[in-house]
Amino acid sequence: MGEAIVVTSGKGGVGKSTTSCNIGVSLALSDKKVCLVDTDIGLRNLDVLLGLENRIVFDLVDVIEENCLLSQALIKDQRCEELYLLPSAQAKDKSAVSATQINRLISQLKEQFDYVIVDCPAGIERGFKNAIRGAERAIVVTTAENTSVRDADRVIGLLEKEKIAPPKLIINRLRPKMIKNGGMMDIDEVTALLAIDLLGVVPEDEEIIRAGNLGEPLVFSTRSPASRAFYNIARRIQGESIPLLTFDREKKMVTKMKKWLGFA
Amino acid sequence: MGKMLKSGVTIKGTRNGLLFLLDDVRPFTVILNELRYKLEQSANIWDGPDTAVSIRLGQRQITRQEETELRQLFAIRRNLIIREIEAEGMPYLLDENRGIQIKTGTIRSGQMLEQRGDLLLLGDVNPGGSVRSTGSIYILGALRGLAHAGIEGDDSCIIAASIFRPTQLRIADAISRAPDKWEESELGSKFAYLLDGQIAVDKMNHLGQLWPDKVWKESRLRQ
Repeated sequence: MGEAIVVTSGKGGVGKSTTSCNIGVSLALSDKKVCLVDTDIGLRNLDVLLGLENRIVFDLVDVIEENCLLSQALIKDQRCEELYLLPSAQAKDKSAVSATQINRLISQLKEQFDYVIVDCPAGIERGFKNAIRGAERAIVVTTAENTSVRDADRVIGLLEKEKIAPPKLIINRLRPKMIKNGGMMDIDEVTALLAIDLLGVVPEDEEIIRAGNLGEPLVFSTRSPASRAFYNIARRIQGESIPLLTFDREKKMVTKMKKWLGFA
Repeated sequence: MGKMLKSGVTIKGTRNGLLFLLDDVRPFTVILNELRYKLEQSANIWDGPDTAVSIRLGQRQITRQEETELRQLFAIRRNLIIREIEAEGMPYLLDENRGIQIKTGTIRSGQMLEQRGDLLLLGDVNPGGSVRSTGSIYILGALRGLAHAGIEGDDSCIIAASIFRPTQLRIADAISRAPDKWEESELGSKFAYLLDGQIAVDKMNHLGQLWPDKVWKESRLRQ
């Protein structure tokens, strides 16, 4: 029996789908059976990020309406041993499914997979309520901006009311340089306010956009900081304890040089 | 002969029914236990026609919760009907607006904690969250949201917090909003109070000026 993890944020555009997709791939690369579920009915994205858009025949709504079997709707990602995607429908909207139906579907998936990663739509309305049903763990994604932290706080409050383990936090799109000159909240500020455990910090990375456009998740190829951050998050999900990455490498180089020269 | 310990529950028969005298010295839980024992054990005494019961609490006042517990005990005996509960020369219920309520946890955006009496919150109030109380509000943590003390009009209430960064403060009918920017020097515990109908904020160590009778000073007299 596997685990269902919902990835949510409240605010849109903070990187829920990117996070879901990269965590899913990382878990699959460490030999886990993973299923990614896109619950954003009407605005599907996860298939595009994974480059699987052209292979969709059936979708989540088809499964729920019993137009097809679950196994028919699951798309296998050829790049991994055991990575599947259950895409969402594009021509329907969120009212096409109910929370109980999603719940049933997720528990069905949990029997087959080690991890079921549920990508939640933005907002806290029906789509959100549907997505968090059936998940036993939750990941809240936020950026280090006031608006997104506010929404994350609200979402954490809503999650606490559900039968879900205390949510874990990912701070996404962090810009170390902006923090240094005071334009962005720093990690401590965000965690002090939200008061939940930090699962990882992902730096802003242009490669993410390129990877999304190519349909080739970042963790497959590059060894960029964002890719390593996602990979570490996936390992923390599996229970390993790995220290957070540090991002100000330039400074480190300088201090290292100083050390060699005997200044510091 | 030594002093006899007075019974916790004394029962007397009167013309109007039974009179239960509850001792006001021992803890109320002890009294309740004794009462339960008496009601449960001596089964045969209680069976009979419906009897009115008056309960005398002496110099004790009880909370609503304690009253419920008391009434639940009497529910064991269907024929005993509580007609009145009395304390000597004062209302038998403790004023709920007195006393301090302790709560813990984070009040997040969109959540509201409302409380009667003074409120001690061991935790944070985040932006968008609010705490409301009929009395004063004391927060051992960060106040970053809205706090409303004295919601029923008590203007002597204060709002105090270890980290004082509220978005808005309300005391009774007065409202004030936070400055647009907090100065770094403004760290540290603070409290807000009403001064001539307006909310004023001051450092915690000046609270003594507002509450001179509560100031603690080390006694110079050695005992």
